[in-house]
Amino acid sequence: MRTGALIKRICQQMLRDKRTLALLFVAPLLVLTLMYFLFASNAVAPTLGVVNVNPTLVQVLEKANVNVRAVPDATKERVVQEQLDGVLQSHDQKLELTLENSDPSKAKLLQMLVNQAAVAAQLPSKSNPTGVAQAPSIATDYVYGNSETSFFDVLSPVLVGFFVFFFVFLISGIGLLRERTTGTLERIMSTPIRRGEVITGYLAGYGIFAIIQTVIVVLYAINVLDMTLVGSIWHVLLINLLLALVALSLGILLSTFAASEFQMVQFIPVVVIPQIFFAGIFPIEGMATWLQALSKIMPLYYGADALKGIMYQGATFREVSGDIVALVVFAAVFIVLNTFALKKYRRL
Amino acid sequence: MDLPVKVDGVSKKYGKKVVLNQVSVTIQQGQIYGLIGPSGAGKTTLVKLLVGMDIADAGTVQVLNQQMPNLEVLQEIGYMAQSDALYAELTAEENLKFFASLFKLKKAEQRERIAYAADLVKLTPELSKKVSAYSGGMKRRLSLAIALVQNPKVLILDEPTVGIDPALRLTIWNELLRLKEQEGKTIIVTTHVMDEAERCDTLAMVREGQIITSGTPQELMERFHARNLEEVFLRAGGEQP
Ligand SMILES: Nc1ncnc2c1ncn2[C@@H]1O[C@H](COP(=O)(O)OP(=O)(O)OP(=O)(O)O)[C@@H](O)[C@H]1O
Ligand SMILES: [Mg+2]
Repeated sequence: MRTGALIKRICQQMLRDKRTLALLFVAPLLVLTLMYFLFASNAVAPTLGVVNVNPTLVQVLEKANVNVRAVPDATKERVVQEQLDGVLQSHDQKLELTLENSDPSKAKLLQMLVNQAAVAAQLPSKSNPTGVAQAPSIATDYVYGNSETSFFDVLSPVLVGFFVFFFVFLISGIGLLRERTTGTLERIMSTPIRRGEVITGYLAGYGIFAIIQTVIVVLYAINVLDMTLVGSIWHVLLINLLLALVALSLGILLSTFAASEFQMVQFIPVVVIPQIFFAGIFPIEGMATWLQALSKIMPLYYGADALKGIMYQGATFREVSGDIVALVVFAAVFIVLNTFALKKYRRL
Repeated sequence: MDLPVKVDGVSKKYGKKVVLNQVSVTIQQGQIYGLIGPSGAGKTTLVKLLVGMDIADAGTVQVLNQQMPNLEVLQEIGYMAQSDALYAELTAEENLKFFASLFKLKKAEQRERIAYAADLVKLTPELSKKVSAYSGGMKRRLSLAIALVQNPKVLILDEPTVGIDPALRLTIWNELLRLKEQEGKTIIVTTHVMDEAERCDTLAMVREGQIITSGTPQELMERFHARNLEEVFLRAGGEQP
């Protein structure tokens, strides 16, 4: 009942504040759209020189929208001279790919396409004499996606999760901070409300807006931006809602340690930005051990891992259940810490 | 006689600074108890201990025979903080409704109480205005209305009449006296205004975290051979006027 009063009040306040509503609902869409076009414009068909490569593979590559050109040799000079993005040579049953690499994302894309083509070309004709060797260098990471895969498809699940996390964190953190600085939180605590009711009220009140935001962002990303979605949309929503819950409780918690809006914003580079580095934009496996350990305490790491799994690789609920448990634990820990932090205002 | 407020040997430190030092207060039911004293003396700190917003380092605070903080007792305390804590984006009515719904009140009673409290501070015509469009005195009045909204047995008002014009101040004080006499409410006020202090039943002078003297305004004037409370204030503080 008291929780209901809190929820009602938060809704009234939010609905009065059109700017904040716009930030919450429109800003993520704008940024996502911008990212989409940024990455899409990068998708110029790469040019690949080939030396002594089996024609099946060339066919597959051409189907994958790669400009294939036969070149006399596979030297680095050749790549520069012919303005190639890379050169592929078949040598001793092994494929050797030399990438021009002045634009790493383009190089990555080409490498991925070659790897995929190599795998695909090998399957139908096993007896091919010059056949592609079972090179250990063929990375199986790239069996997902298709010939039209752009970096955006890989990145987008991470982005969706990140925006939900970031905006919910910002708005709940600042919202609660304002209550602390104007003294209204203290005033609430001088009424017979329980600490648990206060936390539940805030979680539910801001949670409503977080849910709406999550649904808008996810639907927009999938339907308008045509983001790859192999798995179930309900699972995507679930993961994003959990991320929003973590962000909500973390924002409320950190507002305890801020004395002004400015100090709240200072938490963004400390708490939010590092998480994006561990969200799968850079491969975690290649990181130093201590960095890998660090990633394990970042909620976004689990959220992004699950989202990437569901949206890009079609992971089932069971496959991401570990990530889900981690997110639930984060939220639970933050919520419990929050009820303790409220003791600052009243011991009971 | 019932003692709704019993403070016994309370001390409070903020960091190294001793803000309250062995303060003991008992307040009888149906009294207006005034706290006066220079700025920074510790009045607000004492008041906050009564509401349970702060915990004493030593000593006990009892309100309505319960150790504070206590959720049931909070239902019976109307608290008005020194600084207005209001939601600026909301209208005055929404503010009143929100705070009222944090207390146990029946729907009809809630409506009645909101109407009564708003009328008392003469805000009824302005209820639908947003608080951000309120003047300082209007905000103060709204805070007072909120403190009264759940019909509490004990009223704790921290400088309730700052920024309120003399006519309205008189109305408010007459209402406080009526609440005390007809409804037997216990009222604790802090104030810097001596004519308000004069209307209290008991006055306590707080200085540097201690209650240096207390009694009826009459007793205080006799004790310090003063013609008015202003002189009491200065002489009790060791300054000769
Ligand atoms: N949260 C706090 N942290 C540190 N010191 C504090 C805190 N609150 C109050 N103090 C200190 O305690 C002392 C008493 O403050 P208090 O607010 O009780 O004074 P007051 O008597 O109400 O003064 P005024 O008449 O100006 O309202 C002051 O010296 C103040 O600096
Ligand atoms: Mg004060």
